[in-house]
Amino acid sequence: MQPNLTHLRQLEAESIHIIREVAASFERPVMLYSIGKDSSVLLHLARKAFYPAPPPFPLMHVDTTWKFREMIEFRDRMAAEYGFDLIVHINQDGVERGIGPFTHGSSLHTDVMKTESLKQALNKYKFDAAFGGARRDEEKARAKERVFSFRTETHRWDPKNQRPELWDIYNARINKGESIRAFPISNWTELDIWQYIYLEQIPIVPLYYSAKRPVVERDGMLIMVDDDRMPLNPGEKPEMKSVRFRTLGCYPLTGAVESEAATLPDIIQEMLLTRSSERQGRMIDHDQAGSMEKKKQEGYF
Amino acid sequence: MAHQSDLIAEDILGYLKSQEEKSLLRFITCGSVDDGKSTLIGRLLWDSKLIFEDQLAALESDSRKVGTQGGEIDFALLLDGLQAEREQGITIDVAYRFFSTDKRKFIVADTPGHEQYTRNMATGASTADVAVILIDARKGILTQTRRHSFITSLLGIKHVVLAVNKMDLIDYDRTKFDEIVAAYQEFAAQLNYSSITAIPLSALRGDNMIEASANTPWYSGPTLLAHLETVQVEQDAINKPFRLPVQWVNRPNLDFRGFSGTISSGRVKPGDEIVVTASGQTSKVKDIVTFDGNLEEAIAGQAITLTLEDEIDISRGDVLAPVEAKPDFADQFEARIIWMHEDHLLPGRPYIIKMGAQVTNAQISDLKYKVNVNTLEHVAGKTLELNEVGIANISTDKALAFDPYDDNRHSGRFIIIDRFTNATVGAGMVNHSLRRATNIKWQEMDINKQARAYQKGQKSVILWFTGLSGAGKSTVANLVEKKLHALGKHTYTLDGDNVRHGLNKDLGFTDADRVENIRRVGETAKLFVDAGVITLVSFISPFRSERQLARSLVGKDEFIEVFIDTPLEVCEQRDVKGLYKKARAGEIANFTGISSPYERPENAEIVVNTSDQSAEEAAEAIVAKLEEFGVLGAWYPEI
Repeated sequence: MQPNLTHLRQLEAESIHIIREVAASFERPVMLYSIGKDSSVLLHLARKAFYPAPPPFPLMHVDTTWKFREMIEFRDRMAAEYGFDLIVHINQDGVERGIGPFTHGSSLHTDVMKTESLKQALNKYKFDAAFGGARRDEEKARAKERVFSFRTETHRWDPKNQRPELWDIYNARINKGESIRAFPISNWTELDIWQYIYLEQIPIVPLYYSAKRPVVERDGMLIMVDDDRMPLNPGEKPEMKSVRFRTLGCYPLTGAVESEAATLPDIIQEMLLTRSSERQGRMIDHDQAGSMEKKKQEGYF
Repeated sequence: MAHQSDLIAEDILGYLKSQEEKSLLRFITCGSVDDGKSTLIGRLLWDSKLIFEDQLAALESDSRKVGTQGGEIDFALLLDGLQAEREQGITIDVAYRFFSTDKRKFIVADTPGHEQYTRNMATGASTADVAVILIDARKGILTQTRRHSFITSLLGIKHVVLAVNKMDLIDYDRTKFDEIVAAYQEFAAQLNYSSITAIPLSALRGDNMIEASANTPWYSGPTLLAHLETVQVEQDAINKPFRLPVQWVNRPNLDFRGFSGTISSGRVKPGDEIVVTASGQTSKVKDIVTFDGNLEEAIAGQAITLTLEDEIDISRGDVLAPVEAKPDFADQFEARIIWMHEDHLLPGRPYIIKMGAQVTNAQISDLKYKVNVNTLEHVAGKTLELNEVGIANISTDKALAFDPYDDNRHSGRFIIIDRFTNATVGAGMVNHSLRRATNIKWQEMDINKQARAYQKGQKSVILWFTGLSGAGKSTVANLVEKKLHALGKHTYTLDGDNVRHGLNKDLGFTDADRVENIRRVGETAKLFVDAGVITLVSFISPFRSERQLARSLVGKDEFIEVFIDTPLEVCEQRDVKGLYKKARAGEIANFTGISSPYERPENAEIVVNTSDQSAEEAAEAIVAKLEEFGVLGAWYPEI
């Protein structure tokens, strides 16, 4: 009997199918590049989808100016190495208003520098489709997200009024100004992502690997002191600890975990043996119950 | 158990190696609100260790707050994603869940069980290979059990698990279990399943979920998880004829021309002879190109790029197939349709069909019958409403390549899109092509439209007058025709009222009849255009989509929409035929402008307003426009 495709090869093929479908159906697609591991996988899949040609769309990073320095270095290195067309967008209005997570709190910061900034960028470049690396297993609200997720002219998501999505046939029809967010790795789990990174030897930001890093403990989270913009409370003193990150975002909002995992197999082993979900390290989910769903409705990924 | 914890701890590389060969199973769970479906899925996630401690903490606190298990862990709370639903205690949409064991990764489509959401179940079933149908052991087979079974079989699922749940509440009574299974098998004989596996369960207590239960010593079959880990889903896709729907033409430079897509069925090797279904052109496969190197063979499910030996014309939407086993290629076919939108299906109305990468305008030409999803009875009907299923003939603007869905589940499936709202309004599966499509050829005449129009020194067009009753359509159209006649032009007027006395006298004023009315008038006008005649059509035609239908029948420059934009108050004041008075009194139903909407044209070629200009002035303005559009000049044929 002919061997079936393994689960990773099936997931890979499904993602490539979605990426090609978006490229063929829209005039101005863009791939949102968050520099995290899911983005690394997404980029890898895009390169596979159009080989030997390069992906027929640019990558865009919405920079909140509070990302880890290593993320930015990695981003620029990848762009140079693979030669992709990279757009970096920063909400200048937010910069001028001095918006930051320490001074304005995680909620306002994320809203202005991420959600608003993304909308600004989509409007500025008139993108009609944007790839994102969201997975359905990440959060309950995402379990119901479509692969082609329709957004209104104001970028809103209406969970009560989604287009039914059958088989592998995606409805790409939109009116002017409306757009689609496409999620090619919807059906991947965190474990699938790591296994695939391991199998395909996909480069990821070194922050995922354990190293001695300066951290302070705040509200039960280990926050890395990545630059001197971080105000220390009285009595707080950065300590060097062996830590790594299971998820990457703005450094003041991303909790590190103590770990000795310095290789991919170590990371996967740790992930399988520990029992806390990856989004726990993100402060934005903890703000209020159902917060992810609210953010999604407003246009956050 | 689920993950080999010891191996992970001691030999992670060995573990990773063992995980590379895992397969993937997609299944759907169907059950009504109280069958314990969410509990069943929650427990599978729980037992495969995919619940993390922070989620567990949230689950414990939620269980105390809103749980239905008296403070004990309520697995169901793991699943309901959207806040509002959590409060109502019901799931209203399709949600996808993931878990894995050492043998398989599972993707579960979790769909609601209550009446009004059939479309979600069809959505979830479309990608599933196995259906787990839940039954409350106390209640046995209910109407929704039949409905769920019918829908899953409609979407081509071949393997069913009959999960007889809540066995703990009937004291694990074997006789009752056997009765339920026998009744189900009798019912399911008319569905197209190839296997039915019945398992006595208690999702809440864990009986026969992962481990064989001591409470059912009389049951010797597999546990639910053991069955899901081992059930052989159709390897059929690979054994069917090769099909590659071309998604993307990959052309990075002049030396490379590849055709990218996901193989929907069969297998392909370099050297295989292929045919492009639409054009009939043939070539041989040169290479199977991927990022990871060229392949010696590719099989169903792989996303690949083919290069060919010959330069032949292939574009997105073409289907590549073996020369000896081509798919059907037709512009008319019979299909079963699931309607998924509040706006009813209207036969004759133009829709868009997307089948793989093929997209075309289409009409449901004939709704043969509806199927009652609860009783499977055939019922006559003119439209399909939300969540209704029907068998219909469909005609498309261009021919599509497909296989009957029952022969090849990866072909012959399509979604129906509303041309104006862009909503996905339905889904369909092809039963078979209609042979008459290939037998009736359009008769090409030597004397054609251009020749006929040229003889008359004009260009043949449709002048489509739309506007409210009493707006002055017929009056203005009459004056325009007189002026054209005086100019020596050959004209004809199709008047809404007149046509209803003859050609359309069998039609009423329901939405479905109005669409048919417009279709017939449009088709008639089209023949007149072919005859070289300037054809004036005077019709209220209140719906944008229906005017679009008429427009789509003829060439781009052959349809001129004339909007007689007279305000409703003015029309009602005139009330030439006394109809507004009757409509206001409720004596006429569905009267445009009063009890039925008039959708104003957005891009009419000509707009006139008879409240601030006379009918004579309006007619003059229209004739001037026709002059400008080149309709009245001698029109030289392009040939």
